[in-house]
Parts: sequence; structure tokens; C-alpha cells
Amino acid sequence: MIPVQASADYRLSHLEELESESIHIFREVVAELERPVLMFSGGKDSIVMLRLAEKAFYPARLPFPLLQVDTGLDFPEVLQTRDNWVERLGARLVVASVEEAIATGVVVDDGKTSRNRMQTATLLDAIETHGFTAAFGGGRRDEEKARAKERVYSHRDEFGQWDPKNQRPELWSLYNGRLHEGEHMRIFPLSNWTELDIWHYIAREGIEIPSIYFAHQRRVFERDGMLLSEHPANPCRDGEVVTERTVRFRTVGDLTLTGCVESPATTLDEIVEEVSVARVTERGATRGDDRFSEAAMEDRKKEGYF
Amino acid sequence: MDLLRFATAGSVDDGKSTLIGRLLLDSKAIFEDQLEAVEATSNAKGYDYTDLALLTDGLRSEREQGITIDVAYRYFATPRRKFIIADTPGHVQYTRNMVTGASTADLGLVLVDARQGLTEQSRRHAVLLSLLRVPHLVLAVNKMDLVGFDQGVFERIRQEFVTFTQRLNVPDLAVIPISALQGDNVVTRSDAMPWYEGSSLMHHLENVHIASDRDLRDVRFPVQYVVRPKSDEHHDYRGYAGQVASGVLKPGDEVMVLPSGLTSRIAAIDSFTEQVEEAFPPMSVVVRLEDDLDVSRGDMICRVNNAPEPTQDVDAMVCWMTREPLRPRQKLAIKHTTRSARALVKDIQYRLDINTLHRDGDTRELGLNEIGRVTLRTTQQLLVDPYEQNRTTGSFILIDEATGTTVGAGMIN
Repeated sequence: MIPVQASADYRLSHLEELESESIHIFREVVAELERPVLMFSGGKDSIVMLRLAEKAFYPARLPFPLLQVDTGLDFPEVLQTRDNWVERLGARLVVASVEEAIATGVVVDDGKTSRNRMQTATLLDAIETHGFTAAFGGGRRDEEKARAKERVYSHRDEFGQWDPKNQRPELWSLYNGRLHEGEHMRIFPLSNWTELDIWHYIAREGIEIPSIYFAHQRRVFERDGMLLSEHPANPCRDGEVVTERTVRFRTVGDLTLTGCVESPATTLDEIVEEVSVARVTERGATRGDDRFSEAAMEDRKKEGYF
Repeated sequence: MDLLRFATAGSVDDGKSTLIGRLLLDSKAIFEDQLEAVEATSNAKGYDYTDLALLTDGLRSEREQGITIDVAYRYFATPRRKFIIADTPGHVQYTRNMVTGASTADLGLVLVDARQGLTEQSRRHAVLLSLLRVPHLVLAVNKMDLVGFDQGVFERIRQEFVTFTQRLNVPDLAVIPISALQGDNVVTRSDAMPWYEGSSLMHHLENVHIASDRDLRDVRFPVQYVVRPKSDEHHDYRGYAGQVASGVLKPGDEVMVLPSGLTSRIAAIDSFTEQVEEAFPPMSVVVRLEDDLDVSRGDMICRVNNAPEPTQDVDAMVCWMTREPLRPRQKLAIKHTTRSARALVKDIQYRLDINTLHRDGDTRELGLNEIGRVTLRTTQQLLVDPYEQNRTTGSFILIDEATGTTVGAGMIN
């Protein structure tokens, strides 16, 4: 822990200011909205979010559960990290399983739709079943064009949909959490963080993240310019060749869709160094789901995606 | 490295998107895949140049209409500072978006086209930034390349703007001649304008002194949440969580809690597992008091001889943000700091013409994007300071109780 020291000029660093803003958001939501939940994927953004939540309510325990949408195709290293965090914080974890949702008919597996996309229906079902009125998400505005215009408090109608043209104005640090029956809020405490801020913060806090963010040997093949993991659920197509390379992941998600990048970075400092000179966005580099169209994210968000 | 939030207002015609695109490009905040996507779209549209405006038009409806509708937030960093840009559309029908973007800004950037000089739109932007008490203002006189980098053109515009802003509240003004397209005075000083002795725009953004903008004297700590672990380990722990709005809090300080008026001393200030010696804005901390007082969300911790005014009668400038007009006798929900109440519109004193600063006292209502002076009566006391003294304890939002949407933004007089 780095103590917050009284500096002569009473200035916070940019990371401290972002941290303070996020903590303020967490407390505001818990004070005003009845049944919050934190969407926890085990990825770096949701880990930073969880760290901020831990700080916001310390020494009390988290006043809300964590919700993970299990695609059935998550990286085992990510699930391990998730379990470690849950145990350390004594948090309650709710798992909403895509496979279960398929089995019970909540979502239909037509063989074409990705697990990542089926998460949306599974997530909305979980939110409705548990009666959650606010779901914290790790989305950042620097990630993608549609996200750049999203509010910190993002209102969702009874169908879980986002209406980008009809968003509530958000002024000062005065958030409006008013809801009607059946509606909910998505809350984005990391709205103003960039990918680099996230890495700097992880390094500063010295917190655990899944090992696949660091360089390791992995059997991969190339598809659409991305490096994907060899896995029974993700069979190679004609012409695709599996080779072993030194790689790391910049994002974690459904392993059939999440690509890795070749990298020698084995420490946080090396990752920070790599991210600061990166010339391609993390989503453009490694997320098949955002590449389908220019408005892929906007469309998925309107339906109720994270 | 610290953080500077700035708001830009303007339309594509002023070269605003080109300027933002250039700041992002030159600070390497734009990635190759983003630039390639924009180049591909520009080609598909038949442009013979890369339309950097496409970088900032995030929503499909905006791309289809070729306009920016909403506030877009952009991020870039230099070794000195991290920047958050609130990029807002310039037209009068988007005043509410400009007000939103300006509400959190340390600095406002107004662009004018050197060929056109000051327009109604640039004056309006300056008025709004001044109304929102954005402490630093920059006028960027763009497209200097199209007037032959002429000092006379720049001086005329500068002088006219300085004269205009004397009627406003603008504590710090910089006027910079630039060419966003060619990069003159954007990141580096331009050789084409040796007569200009000031700094480049980027240099100004990196160095503008924002440390003294915050009020470190008047202690205002709105209580957000009461932390009570109720665990064996922290059985008697009771802390008041919040974000310091102004002033510096220290353990041992004698403080007063409003609205009760009860006094105590600060026992400790917690920041996660650490105890801090001083808490200052905008730190989020947990304050513990020596005495067991009944303190809850919506209360305010301040100093005994320096407190906000508890009042049920609020006199404020209100920016109206929805189609259905604001009228006297209307009832609304109000959120001020961490306190929520209901408000009755007693009177609309006048509507402010944000182009001419003329006060129209005959008005009966405020329409969408209009700003006026309004008096409200609230169901419970609010703990207020004038907005010009404190942007946190001087601001509020109005919420329509039926639809739940935010319909107004208020700045207390």
C-alpha cells in the first residue's frame, strides 16, 4: 500500500484522482440503489473495479455480491484468480452460466452465435431473476467509440436495452439513479480510466491478476489476423496451423474469441512499457466480437451487453 | 503527473475535430486500427482527406447525420499531464450538452475561424463557460494559415474577445493563434508566426496552473455513506464516507455537523488501511469523529465558524434540459451534494439570452436549452454555498419525478 501523503501543494496524482472518483461512484450507488451487483469477469478491469470497491467500504465487507457470467469457455487461470479474490474478500459470488441458460431455454445455441454474445441474454436473465437494480461494469470510455459517449450511470429499460440517443445528462458528480419498476442501471466506475491507467494502478497496488496476462508459452493458431488458443471447443479450420509461441493476453473473455499477442513481457513493468508504446487498441488487436462491423459494440450495447 | 479536464465547444467548421484529432495523434492517443478505420470510412465517402471528425463521432446515428450530438469523452496523456476532453457540439440546440461538458472542466477551449472572427456561437461558448465557472479559458484562433498568418487579423479578434469577456467572469484567459490542419502552435511553436510570443496550445494545456483553483479554506464534507462493519474485529467502527468538496480536514480539528449543528472533533481520517494526516479535495476518505453523534447521508461536516447556509429557498441559474418547459408551480425532485429533496418552482425571474446577455423578465417559462434565474422552495433544508464560491456545494440537478430523467442543472446565486 502506498499511503496517501499530504503533499505541500495539496495535489493528487492522476491515478489518485481517478481512484477517488471511482470510490465516490461506488458509495453513491450503494447509498441510493437498492440491489447492486458487481459484474466480475476476472479480467484486469473487473479486478481493478473490485479493488476500488474494497477500498470504498473498508473496513466493512463488500455490501453487494459479485456476478460472473460463465461462458463455459473461460480460461481456467481466470477462474482461479476469481476464486482467490472471492475468498480473500469473503465476497458472495453468483455465477450465471451460459450453458445452463441454453439448457433451460433462456438462450438458443444456433451453432453460429458466439458464447460472448449469448452472455447478454444470460446476464439479463440473471439481473431479472435476482432483482438487481444496479450492475457495476468495468467498461472504459477509451475502449471503443460507442463507449466514449456512455454515462457513468447508464440507464437500461425493462428489456435491458441502452438508448444512446436518450441518455440522461450527467453533470458535476451528481448522479441520477432514479428507476422505474423493472429497469436497472449499469454503472461504470472506470469510465475515465485508460488501459494504461489500469496497468499503472495494478502495478501500484500490487494486486493479483490472471497469469495469462503475462508472457507464457502457448499453442496457438492464426485466424483473421489474431492468435487464438488451441482448444477442443475451437477446432482449427483448413489451412490453420498450430504453433507454440511466447504470448500474453491483453483482454480476457471467451477463449474461442479472445486472441493473444506475441510478447516477452513477464512483469508488470514490462507490460506497462509495452502498453505505452502499443499502436493498436486492445479490442482491435484481440477481440473477434468487435470486428464484425463498425458499430458492433454499439449494437451489442443497445441489446444489453456489458 | 496530474489530471486536467477540459471542455471544447464548436462545430466541424471551426476545425474543432481536426484540432482534437491532432492533439490525440501527436500525443499518440490514437491507435493505428482507429486511424485505419477512419481512413477507410473517409475513402468510402469519397473524401480525398482523412476526416478526423469521424474519430469523435461515436454513435451510428451521429455518423449517419454527420454531426456530434452528445458529449464524447477523449483521453490523452503527455509526460506532464493526463487530459480528459469533454468534446461537445457547438450549436445552440445542444446547449445542455455544453453545460454538461463544462460542469466538470478545469479549462474551456473556444475555437474561432480566423477568417470569420468572433461569431454568435463563440460568444455563447464563452458565456456558458463563464456561467459554469470554468476557471481557465483558451481562445484558439484557428485557420491562421488561411489568413496568411497575419498578426493584424489575430490582434483584432483577440482584442474583441478580451473586451467581450470583461463583461463575464473569466479569471484566466489565453488567446493562441493556431492552424490545426498544419499543426502551427498546436504542439510546437510555429515558425510562420514569429510575432506570437506566447506558448503553443499543448504547452499551455500542460502548464496552466490549476492547483490554486481549489478552495482549501472552507471545509465542506458532504456525508455520502456511513461505514459500519458490524464485524467482531471492527465492532465499534463508525465512519463517515465522502469526497472532500473543499477545505483541508485534519485529525483533531473541531468540526460542526449540519443540519444538526452538533460539534465534535475529528478522531481520524481513514483512506483504506491507512490513516491520513490531511484530507483535501477531491479525496474520497472516511472521517471518524470523537463523539457518537447521529450523522447520516446528506449531512455536511464543516467548521464551526465557516458553514454553508441551510435554506429551503434556493435562488439559482437553471439550464433547462428537456422539451417540456419549466413553469412556475411545477414540482420536481432535486439532488444537491448527497442530499435529495423535492422542489417547487416559485418563480422564473428572467430568461438569460446567452448570445446577448439580455435579461428577459417577461418570460413565463424556460424551454429546452434555455437558461434563467429561478427561485425554488424545497421540502427540506439544503446546505448551500454560492456556485461562484463552490462548484460542488453550489450546484444541483433537477429530476422529473414521473420519467426519472434529469431535466435541469442549477447554479446557486
